Amino acid sequence: MKAPRFAYARPASVAEALALLDKHQDDARVLAGGQSLVPMLNFRVAAPKVLVDINRIAGLGGIKVTKSHVRIGALTRHVELERSVDIAKHLPLVAAAMPYVAHPAIRNRGTFGGSCALADPAAELPACALALGATFVVAGKKGERRVAAEDFFKGLYATALKTGELLIAAEFPLPKPGDACAFGELARRHGDYAMVGLAVQASKRGFRAAFFGVGDRPELIEAEAADAVISKVGTALDPRADLHASAETKLHLAKVLAGRVLAQLA
Amino acid sequence: MNAPLETVEIELTVNGERVKRAVAARLNLADFLRIELELTGTHVGCEHGVCGACTVRVDGEIVRGCLMFAAQADGCTVDTVEGLTDSREIEELQSAFVLTNALQCGFCTPGVLMAAQALLRDLPDPTRVQIREYLSGNYCRCTGYEAIVDAIEAVAKSRARAK
Repeated sequence: MKAPRFAYARPASVAEALALLDKHQDDARVLAGGQSLVPMLNFRVAAPKVLVDINRIAGLGGIKVTKSHVRIGALTRHVELERSVDIAKHLPLVAAAMPYVAHPAIRNRGTFGGSCALADPAAELPACALALGATFVVAGKKGERRVAAEDFFKGLYATALKTGELLIAAEFPLPKPGDACAFGELARRHGDYAMVGLAVQASKRGFRAAFFGVGDRPELIEAEAADAVISKVGTALDPRADLHASAETKLHLAKVLAGRVLAQLA
Repeated sequence: MNAPLETVEIELTVNGERVKRAVAARLNLADFLRIELELTGTHVGCEHGVCGACTVRVDGEIVRGCLMFAAQADGCTVDTVEGLTDSREIEELQSAFVLTNALQCGFCTPGVLMAAQALLRDLPDPTRVQIREYLSGNYCRCTGYEAIVDAIEAVAKSRARAK
């Protein structure tokens, strides 16, 4: 189908975008890359009265490395993450995830912020943000606030973003020397949403394993050893059946994937 | 532009020609090309980004024409399969597709050609696995993909020889 009728606004600054979001409240949706929102409009799953297109806001994209963290602007396209020398060097987990994010034509348009703000439970980037302990930067009428990834993903397509707020960026703490990471997912076709996926960051303090596609949000399992992560899968995860597999199959696949991904770190 | 509008004035360059129109905000880029400009080489299949039949180039990069509104292409440069045909940019690919029987019904072909050209720009000497991975976003329901991969591989090899 086609998208329902809506009114289109293209603010030139974050301030203008916030004013529009404040004015139209729940009638408005933010249009970033549109690679998930537009299908939702075409399916008539969403029918906002106003779309606030943030694509022309200068300074909302880009990757910046500081002494303590890597800041990824909300409007950074997937293709930029995929090709970034800084991401490959400082956030190899994100670099490893990118080839799994949809298909090239979609990566050219889809954004980091859009993926995180939508919070599809089968998406790769929210799981990476969780495994890496990222902090989201959110702008609203009253200024900026910061939300840890653990507190940001609230449920199925639900985040800590409130009506009228705009996701600006995420800050990823720089991994320490000796840290390691691994990524993997199982999908029916390369680039499709994962049946089950796993992003793992390993440091001196232990493993942070973020599973996705097996719950209503990315699920974090923390453990000191790889074996402990695998033995926790059966109790920590409670996947639901979907179009592709039963709950039992998904749990089985999560264990298989955990074994394979953690073996990369052995 | 700031106040929300249901009809949007846009000006863009399509296949090298300057175009100016007033469009409904809800009109997607693929429908704009097909209906407003009668460039029907861009096909509309699934309308939710899965099939790849609507693949076009915006500012040099391939995108899904069904997942972008025409209003968002204001000020952009758009290239379609017609433009790439006229400029002969995809001539070798088109010949190779004919030679290897890489199409039957032809519905997916414009999108596949757009994707294949982008692949060969970024990765001039791809393996068959890389060709398949890159084309994972383009559905073909006729050929089983084997002949499509053959055609793209043949063009990559002939371009490498020509260098």
